[in-house]
Amino acid sequence: MLAQQLVNAISLGGVYALFALGFTLIFGVLNVVNLAHGAMFMLGAYTALQAVLLLKLPLAAAMLAAIVVTAGAGWLLDRFILAPLRARQAPHLAPMIATIGLAISLNSTVQGIFGAENLRFPVHGLAADGLRLGGVQITWLELQIIILAFVLMAALLWWLMRTRMGCALRALAESRKAAALLGIDVEGLFRMTSVIAALLGGVAGVLIALYTNAVFPQMGQPMLHKGIAVVILGGMGDIRGALLGGFFLGFAEVFSIAYVGSTMRDAVAFGLLFAILLLRPEGLFGKAAQRRA
Amino acid sequence: MMSMQLTRVLFGALIALGYFSSLSSAQIKIGVAEALTGNAAQYGVPIRKGFELAASEINGSGGINGQKIELIVEDEQGKKEEAINVFKKLIFQDKVLMLFGPTLSNSAQASDPVAQGAKVVVFGTSNTADGITSIGNYVFRNSVTESDILPVTLKVAAQKTGLKKVAVLYGNDDIFTKSGFDNFKKALEALKIPVTTTETFAKGDVDFKPQLTKIKASNPDAIVLSALVAEGAPAMVQARQLGIALPFIGGNGMNSPKVFDLAKGNSDNLWVGSPWSIENPAAENKRFIAAYQKAHSALPDQFAAQAYDAMYIVAQALKKVQLSGKLEADRSALRSALPSVQITGATGAFKFRQVNGKDGKPAGYDAVQTAIVMMTKGSQYVIQK
Repeated sequence: MLAQQLVNAISLGGVYALFALGFTLIFGVLNVVNLAHGAMFMLGAYTALQAVLLLKLPLAAAMLAAIVVTAGAGWLLDRFILAPLRARQAPHLAPMIATIGLAISLNSTVQGIFGAENLRFPVHGLAADGLRLGGVQITWLELQIIILAFVLMAALLWWLMRTRMGCALRALAESRKAAALLGIDVEGLFRMTSVIAALLGGVAGVLIALYTNAVFPQMGQPMLHKGIAVVILGGMGDIRGALLGGFFLGFAEVFSIAYVGSTMRDAVAFGLLFAILLLRPEGLFGKAAQRRA
Repeated sequence: MMSMQLTRVLFGALIALGYFSSLSSAQIKIGVAEALTGNAAQYGVPIRKGFELAASEINGSGGINGQKIELIVEDEQGKKEEAINVFKKLIFQDKVLMLFGPTLSNSAQASDPVAQGAKVVVFGTSNTADGITSIGNYVFRNSVTESDILPVTLKVAAQKTGLKKVAVLYGNDDIFTKSGFDNFKKALEALKIPVTTTETFAKGDVDFKPQLTKIKASNPDAIVLSALVAEGAPAMVQARQLGIALPFIGGNGMNSPKVFDLAKGNSDNLWVGSPWSIENPAAENKRFIAAYQKAHSALPDQFAAQAYDAMYIVAQALKKVQLSGKLEADRSALRSALPSVQITGATGAFKFRQVNGKDGKPAGYDAVQTAIVMMTKGSQYVIQK
C-alpha cells in the first residue's frame, strides 16, 4: 500500500504542479493574481474534447488545438483586460477582480454551450494502461504528467535564465520602469507571458481531464483554490516553488488520507501548509526582497 | 421609416403578449424550481423535461377540469440561496398554486420551510435525504427515500454476490451523499455486514486513488459508494485502474445512465436500487419511455420518470379540487387532496405515507413504492430479482 500511495502522491503532486506553473508565471511577471487561470484550464480541456469528439482528431492534434485556443485566450486576456488596466495604472485588486469576471463568464458560456454535466474523453489506452510493478500500478498518463511537469519547469527555467528574452523578462519583473528605459518591449513581453501562462493552463487542463476522467465547466475552480495554495507555498512567482509546492500538497493530501483518515484530508494538508507559511512567510522559494520570476 | 414600422410591430407584439398573459390567469400555475445550470443540472434538466412532457400530455387531452397547466420554470442552480430566492419569487410574485422542486436535498432543507411558511404545497421529485418531509405538512415527495431503497439494494447484492465484508466510500460534505452513507451504515449493521474501512471525499474532488488504495489494502468483498455520479463514475474508473475488480453498491446518486458514459468501459458491476428502471417492462413505463424519447430524442432517466409521475399525481389531486380562484383557499384545498392520491405510473404503483416532524407530530408525506435492484453489465441495467 505504501508504494502505491507514493505513486498516487507523485501523480497528484504532478497534477497540482502542472496547474501551478502557468499561474505562478503570470504572477511573477505581470504581478497579477490571475483568477481566470482555472477557466483557461477548463477551456483547454473543452477544446481538446470537442476536437476529439467533433473533428475526430487524434489526441496529440487535439492537444495542439487546445494550445492554440488557450494561447489565443491568453492573448485576448492581456490585450483587452490586463493591458488597458495597466495603461490606466489601475490599483492592484482591479486586474484580479477582472479575471474573476472573465472566469465566471467563460464558465457560464461553456456551460451554456455544452451543458453542466460531466463529459469525458472517449476511452483510450493512455489513461487505462500502464506499468504494473508488483502491487503498484501507474498509468502512462500519470507518468506523462509527472515527467511533463518537470520538463516544463526545466524549460521555463532555461528560458528565463539562459535566453535573452528570459533575461528581459527578469529585468521586467525586477522593475518595469527600468526595463522600459533599457529599451525592452515591455508590453510585448507582458502579452507573451499571458499567452504562455494561458497555454500552460490549457495543456494542464487536457492532461488532468484525461487523468481524472471528468470535463465540466467548473473543473477549474477546485484546482484554482489548490493552485493558489501551491503557489503561495512555493513562493509567489517562483517556477521551482510551483513544482515543489505542488508535490508538497500532493504528498500532504495522499498521506493524510493514508495515515490520518480521509475526513481529515484537507484539515491536515492545509494545516501543514499553514504551519510552513508561519515558519517561512515568503514561501519555500520566496525571497524576502520581492524578487520574482 | 423602417424603425417606425419596427416600433409598431414591437408595440403590437407587446399588446398581444399582455393580452395572452391576462388570458393565462385562468390557467393552473405551477412553479418548477430545479437546478438547470451548475453541477446538479444533470438531474434538474431531465426533471424539467419530465414535467414538461406530462404537462403537455395533460393539456393535450383537455387539461384538468377544462383548465390548462401552465409551468413557470425557474433555475435554482443547485444552490440553497438560489432555491430560497426562486421559491419566494414563485410563491409571492408569480403566485403559483404549488411548487415542484428543488433538485437537491441540500437545497430542499433550506427552501422548503419557505413554502411551508407560506402554506404552499412543495413537491420534491428528487429529494431523497432524511428529514425533508418532516419540515411540515405542505411538503410532499414521490422520490423514494434512500432509507427504503438501500437496505433492499444491499440485501439483494449480498445474496447474489455472497459478499461478507465491505468498504465504504462517500462524499461527506453533501447532505445527500452523507445521508446515503448514514442509511447504508444502518442497513449494514442490520444485515451484520462488517465494514473494513470507511473513506470520504469532498464535492469537486477528481482524484480518488489514495482512498481506493487504502480500500484495496483493507481487502473487502465489495465497495459501498454513496456519491453523485459526477464523482462516483471517476471513482469507479480509478478503482479499475488500480486493479480493483470488486462490485460497487451505489446509492441513489449513482442510479443514472450517465454512469455508462462517464465510466465507459469500467461501468460494469455497479449495483443500485431504484423506484424506476428503463428495463421495467410495465405498460405505463413503456408508454412513458416512448413518449419521452419522441419529445426529447433522448432516453429518460429515473429523475425524468419521477417528475413525470409527480405531475400526474398532482393532476389526480387537482381533478378532485374545485378551484375557487382564491389563491390561499386553492393552495390549501390542493394540500388536502394530495395525500389520498394513488396512481400507477412509470415508477410503478404509488401512494403517500405521512411522516412525523421533528416534534413528533404528523408532518409531510413520503412515497410508498417498491425498489427495483439492478446491476450494470455491458452499458445496461440488468434487473436482479
